[in-house]
Amino acid sequence: MLKLEKRPQPSRLWTWAAPLLAVVLTMLLGGALFAALGKDPVEAIATIFWQPLFGEHAFYYRPQLLVKGAPLVLIAIGLALGFKAGIWNIGAEGQYIIGALTGAAVGLAFYPLDAWYIFPLMVMVGALGGWLWAMIPALLRVQFGTNEILVSLMLVYVAEQLLAAMALGPLKNPDGYGFPGSRNFQEYPAAHNAEILGGTGMHWGVVAALIAVIFAYILLGRHILGYQIRLTGQAPRAARFAGVSPPRLILFCLGTSGALAGLAGLFEVSGPAGQVSIDFNVGYGFTAIIVAFLGRLHPVGIALAGLLMALTYIGGEIAQSNLGLPSAAIQMFQGMLLFVLLAVDLLTNYRIRFKAAQVA
Amino acid sequence: MDLGSINPVLLLASLMVAATPILIAALGELVAERAGVLNLGVEGMMITGAICGFAAAVNTGSPLVGFIAAALGGAGLSLLFAFLTQIALANQVASGLALTLFGLGLSALLGQGYQGIKPPPTGKLDIPLLGDIPGLGPVLFGHDIMVYFGLGLCAAVWGMLKYTRAGLILRAVGENHDAAHALGYKVVRVRILAILFGGACAGLGGAYISLIRVPQWTEGMTAGAGWIALALVVFASWKAGRVLLGAWLFGGVTVLQLNLQAAGSALPVEYLSMSPYLITILVLVIMSADKPRAPASLGRIFHASQ
Repeated sequence: MLKLEKRPQPSRLWTWAAPLLAVVLTMLLGGALFAALGKDPVEAIATIFWQPLFGEHAFYYRPQLLVKGAPLVLIAIGLALGFKAGIWNIGAEGQYIIGALTGAAVGLAFYPLDAWYIFPLMVMVGALGGWLWAMIPALLRVQFGTNEILVSLMLVYVAEQLLAAMALGPLKNPDGYGFPGSRNFQEYPAAHNAEILGGTGMHWGVVAALIAVIFAYILLGRHILGYQIRLTGQAPRAARFAGVSPPRLILFCLGTSGALAGLAGLFEVSGPAGQVSIDFNVGYGFTAIIVAFLGRLHPVGIALAGLLMALTYIGGEIAQSNLGLPSAAIQMFQGMLLFVLLAVDLLTNYRIRFKAAQVA
Repeated sequence: MDLGSINPVLLLASLMVAATPILIAALGELVAERAGVLNLGVEGMMITGAICGFAAAVNTGSPLVGFIAAALGGAGLSLLFAFLTQIALANQVASGLALTLFGLGLSALLGQGYQGIKPPPTGKLDIPLLGDIPGLGPVLFGHDIMVYFGLGLCAAVWGMLKYTRAGLILRAVGENHDAAHALGYKVVRVRILAILFGGACAGLGGAYISLIRVPQWTEGMTAGAGWIALALVVFASWKAGRVLLGAWLFGGVTVLQLNLQAAGSALPVEYLSMSPYLITILVLVIMSADKPRAPASLGRIFHASQ
C-alpha cells in the first residue's frame, strides 16, 4: 500500500528536480494532446521547443525569446515576493495595462517634442501607475481586511475596460483616420523603447528584468525584509511574534509587484507592441503566475522559467503557422504545465512509502 | 439619455435571468467552501461548462442534454482540482488558479468551429394564469426552467446545510477537519464530493450563459462571472439565502448598466461595463468591514498523518 509521509523539511533535491520532471511530463501529456488533435506529437513538440532555438530561422526567433521573456520575468519576480508571504496578487494583468496606459499617456503628451528625459519619465510614470493600481487591493486589505485575490482580479476587468475607453478616446491617434489605437511609438524616437543592440531583442525591459532578478535575489537571500517575507509565508504567527508588521509587508509586496507589472506594461507598449490598442495585452500577467511557480518563487528559477515560457509562446506561434496547431492548444499546454508541477510537488513535501496495510 | 425607455417590469424580469448563472455557480462554490475547500477555479469550470453544454446542445439539438453535459464537464474539470488538493495535497490557491488558466485554454480549444452558431432554444415555462398577472407575471412566472432550478437549488442547499445529517457532516469537515476525522468521517471523501458538486454547478452556470443568456459561443465569454460568484460567497458570509440576495444585486447592476447603454447614456459604454466589477469590490469592502466568519478549515490542507 502507498503511504504518504510528511517530510520534516522540503526535499532540496526535489525542489529543483520537480520543475524539470514537470516539464518532461507536460511534454508527454502535451504530445498526447497534439496527437489527439491529429498532429504528429514528436514533430509538434520539436517545433515548439527545438525550432526557435536551433531551427532554420533561429536567428530570428532567439531575440524574440528575450522580448517575450522579459515581461514574464519582470511580473513574475514581483508576484513571487507576495506568493512567498501568502499575499496573492493575481491582478498583475490589470497593473500591466495601467502601467502601459499611464506611461504611454505621458509620452504622448510630449509629442512631438524631442528630449532625452521623455522615455525615463515614461518609465517612472509607468511603474507609478502599476504601483497605484496595486495599492487599491493593498490598502483595502490593510484597512478593511478585504480579500486581495478577488479585488486585484476584479480590477483586471476594470483595467481592460479603461484600456478600451482610452484606445478609442483620449489616447486615440489624432492622425489615425479614425482607427482605434494611439500613435505608434516607433515613429516617435524620444519615447520609443528601441533595441539597445540591433537584432538582439535586448530592449530596456530586458535590462529591467535582469536588474529585478538581481535585486530580488539579494532581497530574499540577504535582506531582513526578504527574511520577513519568507517567515510570514511559513509561519505567520511566529512572524508576528518576531515583530513583523503584516500591513507593511502587504503594502510592500503588492506595491512592488504592481510597480514591476506596470514597468513590464510600459516597456511592452512603447517597444514590441508599439502602440496602445484595445488588445495589446496578451495575458502576460496571468502566464507570469505559472512562471513564478515554475521558477519555485526563486529569482534565478523565475528567469529560467520565464525563458522557457517565452519559448512555448514562440514555438507555439511557429507550430500554429507550420502545423496548423490552434493557439488555444498552447494556452492549454501552459496551463497543463502548472497542473503537473503542482502534482509533482507532492514529492518535495512528502515521502512516498510502500507499506503493508496494518491492522489497527 | 432616455430613461423613460427603461421598463421596470422588463428590468426586474431580466434581473432574474442575469442573476441565475452566478447564483448557480456561487451555490456550488458555497458548498465546497463550507466543506473547507477554496476552489478558485470557478471561472475555468464555468467556461468549460459553457462550451461543453453548448457543443452538446448544438450536436443533439436538446438543451437538456446540453445542461447535463455542462454539469459533467464542470465536474470533470473539478476532478483535476480534487486530485491536486486532496490526493496530491497541493496548495489550494495555486491549484485553483491553475484550473482557471487550464479551463480557459481547454474551452478555447473545444470551442473551435462553434463560433457564430445559434444553440437550440430552451423552452420558457409559461404558466397559464400566473404568467398573465400584470407586472408580477413576467417578473416571476415567465422564465425558462433554469431560473426556477436556480431558486430550487438555493432552497435545497440551504435546507441541506441547515437540517440534514449530511449537511452537518459537511460543515463539521469544513470547520475542523481534524475533529471530523477523529469522529470517523471521511474528510477527503466528503471534500471530493463537495468539489464535484461545485464543479457541476459552475458548469451549469456557464452553460446558462452560453445557451440561454447570450446565447452563442465566444472565447472567454464568462468574462469574470466565475470570480463574481466567488465574491458572492464571501458577500453572503457563507449562507445560501444571502447568496440569492447577492446574485439579485449583481444581476440588477448588470441589467441596469446594459439598459443604460441601450438608452444612450452620456457615459461611454466602457465605463458602464466596469460597474459590475466595481460594485463587487465595493460590496466586498463593506462586507469585510464587519468581519464575516469563514469556515475555520477553509483552504487548509488535510493529511491524516498524525
